[in-house]
Amino acid sequence: MQFKRQIADRLNGSWMIISLSTILVLPLVIGVGLYIKAAPLLEDVSLFSLIFSSEWAPSAGEFGFRPFIAGSVHVTLLSFLFTAPVCLLAAIYLTQFSTRTLVKIMHPVIDVLAGLPSVIYGVWGILIIVPLVAGIAAFFGTASSGYSVLSGGIVLAVMCIPYTLNMLIEVFNTVPSGLKEASLSLGATRWEAVKHVVIRGNYPGIISAFGLGIAKAFGETIAVMMVVGNVVKVPGSPFDAAYPLPALIANNYGEMLSIPMYDSALMFAALLLLMIILFINLFFRYLIHKTKRQ
Amino acid sequence: MKRIKRVEEKFYIGLSAFMTYSLIAVLAFIILVIFVKGFGALSWDMVIKVPKGGYYYGGEGGVLNAIAGSLYIALGATLIAIVIGMPAALYLNVHLIRYRRTQNTIRYFLDALWGIPSIVYGAFGFTLMLFFGMNASLLAGIITVALLISPIMVRTFDEVLSTIPKGLHEASLALGSTRSETAFRVIFKQGFSGFITAILLSFGRGIGDAASVLFTAGYTDNIPVNLDEPAATLPLAIFFQLGSPIPEVRDRAYASAIILTVIILSISLGARFLSKRYSKTNLK
Repeated sequence: MQFKRQIADRLNGSWMIISLSTILVLPLVIGVGLYIKAAPLLEDVSLFSLIFSSEWAPSAGEFGFRPFIAGSVHVTLLSFLFTAPVCLLAAIYLTQFSTRTLVKIMHPVIDVLAGLPSVIYGVWGILIIVPLVAGIAAFFGTASSGYSVLSGGIVLAVMCIPYTLNMLIEVFNTVPSGLKEASLSLGATRWEAVKHVVIRGNYPGIISAFGLGIAKAFGETIAVMMVVGNVVKVPGSPFDAAYPLPALIANNYGEMLSIPMYDSALMFAALLLLMIILFINLFFRYLIHKTKRQ
Repeated sequence: MKRIKRVEEKFYIGLSAFMTYSLIAVLAFIILVIFVKGFGALSWDMVIKVPKGGYYYGGEGGVLNAIAGSLYIALGATLIAIVIGMPAALYLNVHLIRYRRTQNTIRYFLDALWGIPSIVYGAFGFTLMLFFGMNASLLAGIITVALLISPIMVRTFDEVLSTIPKGLHEASLALGSTRSETAFRVIFKQGFSGFITAILLSFGRGIGDAASVLFTAGYTDNIPVNLDEPAATLPLAIFFQLGSPIPEVRDRAYASAIILTVIILSISLGARFLSKRYSKTNLK
C-alpha cells in the first residue's frame, strides 16, 4: 500500500514537472522554429536592409519590412494616445473615489470587454469607426476611405483598455492607505493626495502597465487588419491606410508557398513580432515584479 | 488659491468619473451595434444548417459548420490545456511552495508568455504542421490553440491557488499524505473555483481567436468528422463573409457575429456564476 502510494506520487510528480517545463520552454521552441524557417532569407539579405528597406516586391525577391514596421508603430502609438488617459483616470476613479456598487458593476464590464473576440471589434470598427473617420477626414478637407491608421488606432485602443486598466487597478490597489491619509490630514485635497501619492509613488507600475498595453496592441491582428486598409506604404498622416506586420502575415499565408522565399519572409515577420513583444513583456514585467517585492 | 484647488479637484474627479462611465457606454454601444445590425439576418437556419450550394451568393444555409468547428477546436484545445496546465499550476503551488524565488521567476515567464500574440502562435503552428507533413486540419488547429491557451490556464488557476493558506498544505502533509496527494486531493479541491474560471476563460479565448487558426485549421463547408479534416471557425466565417460584395452575405456576417457574441457572453457570465458557487464551500 505504502509502495503503491509512493509510485503514484512519483508518477504524478513527473507528470506535473514535465507539463510545467513544456510550457516554460514554449517561447524558446517557437523562436527556434520560426528562426529555422526564416534563416534562408537572413542568409540572403542582411538584417539591416530587411528592416530599413522600403522595397516590397516578393515576386522579384525584394523584401523590405519598413512599411510594415512603420505601419505597426503608427497604429500602436496612436492607440496608446487614446488608451493612456482613459485608463489612468478610470483606474484612479475606480480605486480611489468610486462607490462599491460601481466597482462591482465594472468588474464584469471589464471582463466582457477583454473577452470579446477581436473579430467582433473588427465588425464594430467597420460599421462605426470607419465611416466616422471618413467623416472626420472630409471635415478636415482630406479624402479618405476611412480605412486608415486612425481607425486602426481607435479600434485597438478600445481593445487594449480593459487589459491596461486591469493592470493599473492592480497597481493602485497596492498603495498603502496610510500614505494617502497622511497627505489628506496635512490638508491636501483628495485629488492632490491622488496626484502626489498614488500617481507619483507608482511611476514604475504605471509605465509598466502602459508598456504592456503597447505590446498587446502591437501584436493584435484581425481587428486591425479589418479597418486599417492594408496598403504597402509608410503612412504619412492618420488618414492614410497602413499595413501592420501582423496583418501582413495573416493576409498572405495563402500564397506564401508559391513564391520563393516568401514563406521565409513571413516567418521572419512573425519572428520579429515575437522578439519585439517578448522583449517589451520581459522588461516591463520585470519592473512590476521588482516593485511588487519592495 | 483654495478655490483653484477645489475647482481642479472637481474637474479631475468629474473627468475620471466620466471616463469610467464611458467604458460601460462603449461596451453597451458595441453590443448594441452588433445586435441591431445582425438581427435582421438572424434565423434558426443560421444556427442549425451548414452552407448549401450558392450560400456565398446569398443562397440557403447557415454557419453550423463554423459553430461546430469552433466548439470542437476550443473543446479539444481546452482538454489538452487542462492536461498540461492543471498539473503545472499545482506543481507551482505545492512542490515549489518553499521556493519563493523560483515561484516568482516562473510566474514572471508565464506572464510574459501570455503576452505573445496569437498570430505568432499561428505562424509557429504552421511551421510545425509543415514539419510533420500535416495539412490544415482540426488536429493542427487544436494543437495551436492549446499552446495559445495553456499559459492562460496555468496563470488563472495559479492566481487562485496562490491565495490558499499555507496551513492547509502543512496540515495535509502532517497527516501523512504524499505531496501529489496533497496537490490533487486537498489543494485542487480548495482551488476548484479557480479551476472552473481557468477552463472557461481558456475556452472563451479558444472560441474567439481567429489569428491562430487562420493558418492551421483551414476552412470547409462541412462539419469535420475526423481529426485530419479541415474545420471552419466562427471568427473566420464572420471575417470571410464580411469580405463579400453581396449585401445578403454581409448581413449574415453580422448575424454570425451575434452568435459569437452570445456564446462569449454566456461563457463570461457562466464563469462568474460558477466560480462564486464553488468558492462558497471553501475552507476559510
